[in-house]
Amino acid sequence: MNLRSVLIAVLVTLPLVAVFLRGMRSDPRFVPPAIPGQPAPDFALVRMPMAADEEPSDTIRLADYRGKVVVLNFWASWCVPCRVEHPELVAVAREYRDRDVVFLGILYKDQPGNARAWLNEMGGEVYPTLLDPGSRTAIDYGLTGVPETVIVDPSGTVAFKRIGIVNREMLVREIEPLLAEVVRP
Amino acid sequence: MISTLGFGTIAVALALSVYGAVAAVVGVRTRRPELVQSASVAAYVNFALLAIANLAMVYALVVHDFSVSYVAQVGSRATPLFITIISLWSALEGSILFWGLVLAAYTASAVYLHRNHPGPLVPYATATMLVVGAFFYMLLIGPANPFEPVWPVPADGPGPNPLLQNHILMAVHPPLLYLGYVGMTVPFAFAIGALLSGELDATWIRMTRRWTVTAWIFLSLAIVAGMWWSYEVLGWAGYWAWDPVENASFMPWLTATAFLHSVMVQERREMLRVWNLSLIVSTFLLTILGTFLTRSGIVQSVHAFTQGTIGYYFIGFIAVGLVFSLILLTGRGTELRSAGNLDSPLSRETVFLFNNLILTAFTFTVLLGTLYPILAEALRGVKVSVGAPFYNKMTLPLCMALLFLLGVGPALPWRRAEPDVLRRKFVIPGIALLVVAGASLALGLRQPYGILAFGFAAFTLCATLGEFAEGARARMRAHGESPLVALGRLIGANRRRYGGYIAHLGVISMAVGIAASSTFQKVRDVTLKPGESVRAGAYDVRFDQLWAQNEPHRFVVGADLTVLAEGKEIGRLAPRLNFYGDRDEPITTPAVRTRPHADLYINLMAFERDGSSATFQVIIEPMVVWIWIGGGIIGLGGFIAVLPGRRRRREAAVVTDPVAAGKGGDV
Repeated sequence: MNLRSVLIAVLVTLPLVAVFLRGMRSDPRFVPPAIPGQPAPDFALVRMPMAADEEPSDTIRLADYRGKVVVLNFWASWCVPCRVEHPELVAVAREYRDRDVVFLGILYKDQPGNARAWLNEMGGEVYPTLLDPGSRTAIDYGLTGVPETVIVDPSGTVAFKRIGIVNREMLVREIEPLLAEVVRP
Repeated sequence: MISTLGFGTIAVALALSVYGAVAAVVGVRTRRPELVQSASVAAYVNFALLAIANLAMVYALVVHDFSVSYVAQVGSRATPLFITIISLWSALEGSILFWGLVLAAYTASAVYLHRNHPGPLVPYATATMLVVGAFFYMLLIGPANPFEPVWPVPADGPGPNPLLQNHILMAVHPPLLYLGYVGMTVPFAFAIGALLSGELDATWIRMTRRWTVTAWIFLSLAIVAGMWWSYEVLGWAGYWAWDPVENASFMPWLTATAFLHSVMVQERREMLRVWNLSLIVSTFLLTILGTFLTRSGIVQSVHAFTQGTIGYYFIGFIAVGLVFSLILLTGRGTELRSAGNLDSPLSRETVFLFNNLILTAFTFTVLLGTLYPILAEALRGVKVSVGAPFYNKMTLPLCMALLFLLGVGPALPWRRAEPDVLRRKFVIPGIALLVVAGASLALGLRQPYGILAFGFAAFTLCATLGEFAEGARARMRAHGESPLVALGRLIGANRRRYGGYIAHLGVISMAVGIAASSTFQKVRDVTLKPGESVRAGAYDVRFDQLWAQNEPHRFVVGADLTVLAEGKEIGRLAPRLNFYGDRDEPITTPAVRTRPHADLYINLMAFERDGSSATFQVIIEPMVVWIWIGGGIIGLGGFIAVLPGRRRRREAAVVTDPVAAGKGGDV
């Protein structure tokens, strides 16, 4: 082994490694955020009934919650990370129950039966989950997978979008300043 | 339970690989054969361990043990058994697990078959293969652990990707690809062994020729199976899109193909030593690069699996492999200088050199196109994508040159060709070229590459068949054999040479299929009511009715179509749309009627729920079946080339392989 060949080897390899490392830090699917700062796409989705024989009835629209902070959590029963974040979401939902914060789950590519069983297993339904047939709403929100969480401010603008697991600290940090914007009638 | 068993076996395999690699090198350096022997045993035991781990995973999949993370990720109770079994390779972790098994199998058999070769080459090669194995086992206990325990245990899983559930070729393409990719580890390891041991003559090439050709056959078949799958399943009636991951499998194929040809120059003329070593090292590193591109999520692709830390491991491995190989290759300097020289520009050596130059340029082009988006983002911070126009523009001239050389190479003798040889060999192929190119032009073909492709294909076909005819005629004269017997014995006696020529015939078949299907494809979208027909080429296609049915794992909507020729019914087709669970987009199953002259390819695009009308895409795709047939012929040719000769079996215990040792008639 001589110095010259070591030098050649390192000089060839280093730039390649540098480029790959750089490439790893950027997400090939990342398209500059169309979402945060944009008006949140409206939806009208039926609430998932918690009994198997119950007909879905209530239609929930995002526009109904103008003036409140809305936390949208896309999830599925087959999604393993969703299990990790669910207790955190539930805890924050309980914490903000009496304030102007609305939590909504949106089911992503899942069977209502499986989703109901999952919710029951996780301690029951704390906030409603909406059915999204054909994943139209998921597409509107540029969903890349589950879990993803979107926070909509009182004016109906997307304030925050997170791909992956959220925790209590993260949610509180985002919700608190938005609550200040809520105008009491 | 299974989690513990699986993880445990992999952890032991990792420890054994590290031990074996160290033992082999120390054993060689300190001349302690028992240490080298223990490394071989480690290789054998690893194979058993990986087999256990893979069987455990298949068992977990079959019994729906969702406490195993991989099963929770790709399993589903509604998925049919066969698809459940092959979902072993339908996602990242399982595919690496299967990869580990294939690698362990190759390592164990290479170590076993070459155990009697004296000297340090085989121990160094063993150590190299074990190091590669250690890397993959490390992935399996680290970032790609398929045996992670899941708690609480989910009741059901989402099932494998619907695209993978849709066609039988999915059972074939990935294993073939792994057998090809991973197989390149063996010649790479022997090349490293040659560099470390200083046995730089053609010994390592002769020892690994069958391994290389075998891996190359698998890789060729895998690529063609992937094209065919894409054609039958994706509904776009195409088979190649220059997707980063198609490129990832194509680049090592290009360098391996260059290697298969250039080693003949070294065996014959003691030339191109560094070149051959570099080619096989590049081939191996390109397989790892390809895996990195597919598994790290660094590029966007239909094949890209989930992201995670695994990419960093691959970057590290590529860096170490590249540095190590480059130090070895550049450090040997003068010892690697060629012993032979070129005699004449008109010789087979020269054609091999051109073949290698073109294949290398081809590889660089594809590599550049594949990495350019990553480069552009790293250096300029912009998002770009490199599409088919770039590749077609850059590579079509190279394809044409290769197709032409395919006809020239076999006809030229080694060292020097005399003018009368040229005349004798090339008059008929030359006429064929002019006739076919002229006919294409007369029939209205205007794309220059189309005309060239058909012309060169005719030229190369005639030149290759001419080689068979000349050889057979010589045998008929010498032994008084009948033409067929002479042809059979000719091939049997020179398997490597004529196996290669048969593979060339496969390439010609593919070239014609690709040229015809891309030049003459006709596409038409049409909405029909039941009972209405549409004209497609020489056929009429009548829409009879729409139907729907529930299957355990999917909901299917299909259309019954009748194909008529001159008013007479000649067949039925049923393109379908498959809806899987709550996944958004239906997966299409096109209906394909394959005939030698053209395929009739129909997609169901949309339908009215009441069955009152449906929209179809009707495509006439000429001669596309010759691509798949060509792939089969390439595989057959390769198979003939690796078949052991009769003599070899008796001399199996002899140290060097006598057939591969460059016997007279072989190329």
